Amino acid sequence: MSLDPTLREQILAAVPSLRAFAISLSGNVDRADDLVQETLLRALANIHSFQPGTNMPAWLFTILRNLFRSEYRKRRREVEDADGSYAETLKSQPEQTSHVEFKEFSAALSKLPEDQREALILIGASGFSYEEAAEICGCAVGTIKSRVNRARTRLANLLHIETPNDFGPDRATRAVLTGDDVA
Amino acid sequence: MKERKPPEYPASDDSMEPRSSTMKKGKGSAALGRDIQAKIGQQLRSYYDTLIEPTPDRFADLLRQLEAPGKKEGVE
Repeated sequence: MSLDPTLREQILAAVPSLRAFAISLSGNVDRADDLVQETLLRALANIHSFQPGTNMPAWLFTILRNLFRSEYRKRRREVEDADGSYAETLKSQPEQTSHVEFKEFSAALSKLPEDQREALILIGASGFSYEEAAEICGCAVGTIKSRVNRARTRLANLLHIETPNDFGPDRATRAVLTGDDVA
Repeated sequence: MKERKPPEYPASDDSMEPRSSTMKKGKGSAALGRDIQAKIGQQLRSYYDTLIEPTPDRFADLLRQLEAPGKKEGVE
């Protein structure tokens, strides 16, 4: 098969973000890589159904999300992840963020309901508009907005962000009091 | 998996005013303040950037293989 070079470039350009999305959804780098690989296979097999000039990243994210969803339904039990191990499965050691903050954040993220997590990531990190995210998730724009709002509120609670000044010390103090593992 | 629920409150573009949230009562409970949103947004992006950084080359290789089966090094 020969792929239009422009399309090929668009696909490759989307891969890093696509993979980060997959890791955020699955909490597991190996599964994420499988998901991305499967997404690319399907994308190429169906490249004729992609309309040039439309949104390649959104198209790929839609494929990956649907793959994840159908797989998730099958393996729901295995995937359930109470809290800590979500971050543990990430092999790459984060450099620019402090490790504690990264772990804490991904643990909090893993506690969000699936639909809220994906909405939050698509809007807040992957850079999609509400309209694009709605298309990717196959729901109404208002639904995406409400999921993002709920996700933010829940994260603020989980991360104990109540006022900006609460940030560092309060979190650590709470961890001591509640016996949460922050290390 | 949760089934879809209708939005709990009208969604106007940037209004972040969760009416029935789990936020504590007291100050800051009426809305998720901009500062808090900004903090979460910043943490989220730095989390995501951390994941993006070490993307392996294997996907570029995979595309190449899919395009030109048989050829080992198919750079045009």
